Amino acid sequence: MSLKKETDDGITFDTFMEGIWRQNPVFVMVLGMCPTLAVTVSAVNALSMGIATLFVLVSSCLLVSLIRNLVPKEVRIATYIVIIATFVTLVDYIIQAVSLSLYEALGAFIQLIVVNCIVLGRAEAHASRNPPLKAVLNALGMGIGFTIGLLALGATREILGAGKLFGFSLFGDHFQPWVVMVLPPGGFFVLGAWLLLFSFMRSRSEKGAQHG
Amino acid sequence: MGESLSQIFIGALLTNNFVLAMFLGLCPFLGVSGRLGTALPMGLATGFVMLVASICAYALNLVLSAFHLDFLRLISYIVVIASSVQLVEMVMKKYSPTLFRAMGIYLPLITTNCAILGVALFQTARDYDFPQSLAFSTGAGAGFTLALVLMASLRERLQLANVPTVVQGTALSLILAGLLSLTFMGFAGLGGGE
Repeated sequence: MSLKKETDDGITFDTFMEGIWRQNPVFVMVLGMCPTLAVTVSAVNALSMGIATLFVLVSSCLLVSLIRNLVPKEVRIATYIVIIATFVTLVDYIIQAVSLSLYEALGAFIQLIVVNCIVLGRAEAHASRNPPLKAVLNALGMGIGFTIGLLALGATREILGAGKLFGFSLFGDHFQPWVVMVLPPGGFFVLGAWLLLFSFMRSRSEKGAQHG
Repeated sequence: MGESLSQIFIGALLTNNFVLAMFLGLCPFLGVSGRLGTALPMGLATGFVMLVASICAYALNLVLSAFHLDFLRLISYIVVIASSVQLVEMVMKKYSPTLFRAMGIYLPLITTNCAILGVALFQTARDYDFPQSLAFSTGAGAGFTLALVLMASLRERLQLANVPTVVQGTALSLILAGLLSLTFMGFAGLGGGE
């Protein structure tokens, strides 16, 4: 029963900011990495994937939050999955209608948003216990945090691997592309490097706090 | 189309390994690969679910396309996968409770394993017929197990090594996975893939 308990600490700015910085899904929680690594070969792909996930996240969290008192506890996961799958199908058809080339570039990974741990995790951990407005704000923050993470990865890989950003050449003809960065191993390396940077910064600030 | 069964199998196993080349199923790959003892059964369980899901998805796809209900595909796949995971979970709880406890949360999480939905979606997208789907899903399952076992062995070794504190944890695993993925790229061209 404790699951249905509402957290009554109200809406703060932190509800929104949490997902962007302190609990960033990509860099801090390392969730939902399958689409993260697979589509981030270019900044454009990364951005569209981020926005698609953002849309699914916000709309399913809104719906989950609205029906949170109607769904029996035993079948809640199945219900959430069906809700998420519905919105993903919607996004899939929308992208197909708007830009066919983008649809072909992202391929099956749009449909794989269904199994993105972030979406189900937010629905279960936050939206099912909070009123709609708060749930949407939190989902919005998470989605934006996810998009930022994807964009950081996508931009790094595109700059290093192709010498471009959003398709514009940055370094002219003399640039020798670091091809491995747009290949699968590059995805692991770039994410590893970003995590390394974050953990380095964290340990620096902890040391600073001890000395200060 | 026109690919032979062995080409599809080797493609899914090595050249386009689900974990290392297509980034599917990374959560269990990084979560369970700490010890060899849990990595192998986890790989096998996932492989089994993949096979079941692939057969069900093939049958479902026939029905759905017959009635022009393509938009229901994603939802029905997910439901099928969730029920087969439930099945595996029940069997494992009955016959090997220790293993069941060792896998913990990662067993129900097979449901949200992208690799399994990936198998179902890719075989539909590529119009594989029934034998081809079987070859594809067994190859994918074997490839997932292979990657998991390799990674677990590497990480067991790494525990004995002296690594700087900053690098420890996920960052190290990711860079390790990158190196593993780099070696798997050496298989490119095998089996007459792209």
